[in-house]
Amino acid sequence: MALRYRRLRQRRAFGLLGTALALFCAILAAGALLAILGYVVVQGVAAINWAFLTQLPHPVGVPGGGVGNGILGTFIIIGIATAMAVPIGLLTGIYLALFGRGVVPEALRFMSDVLSGVPSIAIGLFAYAVLVAPLKHFSALSASFAFMMLMLPLLVRTSEQAIRSVPQTVREGALALGMSNFRATVRIVLPTARPAIITALLLAIARVTGETAPLLFTAFGSQYWEANPNNPMAVLALQVFNYAISPYPNWQAQAWAGALLLVVAVFVLSLGARLMLRRAMRGLES
Amino acid sequence: MQTGIGAREAALSTQDLSAYYGERKAVGEFSIGFRRNAVTALIGPSGCGKTTLLRCLNRIHEVGFDAHVEGSVLLEGQDIYLNGVDPMSIRRRVGMVFQRPNPFPTLSILDNALACAPRGLNRQQKLEAAEKALRSAALWDEVKDKLRTSPLRLSGGQQQRLCIARAVAAEPEVLLMDEPTGSLDPIATAVIEELMHSLAEKFTIVAVTHNMQQAARVSDVTAFMLADESGVGRLIEIDDTGKLFTKPGDPRTEDYITGRFG
Repeated sequence: MALRYRRLRQRRAFGLLGTALALFCAILAAGALLAILGYVVVQGVAAINWAFLTQLPHPVGVPGGGVGNGILGTFIIIGIATAMAVPIGLLTGIYLALFGRGVVPEALRFMSDVLSGVPSIAIGLFAYAVLVAPLKHFSALSASFAFMMLMLPLLVRTSEQAIRSVPQTVREGALALGMSNFRATVRIVLPTARPAIITALLLAIARVTGETAPLLFTAFGSQYWEANPNNPMAVLALQVFNYAISPYPNWQAQAWAGALLLVVAVFVLSLGARLMLRRAMRGLES
Repeated sequence: MQTGIGAREAALSTQDLSAYYGERKAVGEFSIGFRRNAVTALIGPSGCGKTTLLRCLNRIHEVGFDAHVEGSVLLEGQDIYLNGVDPMSIRRRVGMVFQRPNPFPTLSILDNALACAPRGLNRQQKLEAAEKALRSAALWDEVKDKLRTSPLRLSGGQQQRLCIARAVAAEPEVLLMDEPTGSLDPIATAVIEELMHSLAEKFTIVAVTHNMQQAARVSDVTAFMLADESGVGRLIEIDDTGKLFTKPGDPRTEDYITGRFG
């Protein structure tokens, strides 16, 4: 009996120690996030005003000005990247989920995983090599191309997961009554997986919103309002980078404000993704 | 071979049917006939291949990974496994209801009922087809005021009747039911059992059941299956339900129905 008791006490002590350690690490992780958020807000919030959101950058030494063109450029470049990445990523995900056995699908999955690990600057270089260098000019389109490559692996794997998570019984229910595979996929399986797919898309957009490295030699940046994707274009993340390394205090303040905008955008996108996911889970439960 | 009925009476029959999952044989050399406009119950202990056999009858078995079939299944005398036969056309003639209600979650009740109905109907014909199917599934009165709402708000028993309506709307000849009351409470079960009786006027019904009382209540014919030493499902005996339960021909059937195993 005595022996058993001692063991029990030992186990309890270990259990307590483990819990404490886990809690400490959790606080550390969450604390780091909160610290970053807090610091960016404190540094950035002062420089945010209507002019900052809507005006062109002012030349060095002229106070005021904004990042309106960069915000517009961010929307355009991500919009085009999304329009390219969604069909390719979704169709690949469908293919992998429904016919995902064998050498080709396994190879696709592996390549997709590798692609997701390729540093974004290497992808930017690739976009430079295949689009910028041959055409001899920087362009928003080449940035969209780079972003598309960054979004693709996320979309492929998550849409595959989303489609797989649709219960097999639902798909079989359609097939067992004579529905064609195509119709069962389009009419039954995809709508059921839709919230999870939209979640994946929001996360993919959040992933590229703050990307800066691939923009350096693709979108390049611009001082003007630019909506033609064939031209160099201002991008918010790029402006943050350029302002942050400048020696001028008012630019540095604007860099913080720009960083705050990016953080808020990512925060909102992630929150949206969470809400969509919760809806998806509810839909599948019942 | 003891199939219980003559070939002419059978809407659906199997000859030397074997079903595999990869290398594993789940059902072996199965020959059985299912009487037209009757309810045939498939009974037997868990893992004896009842569901697998059922899934071979409308070629949904082969949808599973690495699953294949040997032998033949005759639907009105035609082998559904012949080369060139389109499985989709077979599944329209041999519908299926599953153990757990599986309404299509994103479609309305109305669209669920019509999802597998013949194409090319106009609006009015669609509504009529839906009403007819929902009525024959004894669900119409309960859902007629909420046809455009989600089926997920219905109770389990209502969802299962919606799945039956969905299968009926496809206008099949045979209806396969895989433990259709397996996940339902006794009251919902009673409703479905009632329904099986009335559906047999129009369809040939093959139902898997775990529950011997249910087999005795709803079926005209009962087939008893058992897995042999190597786990292959075999037909032990098929007979009129009354006879099988009172005077079984095989001692193993008697052991099973008197509760000595399984």
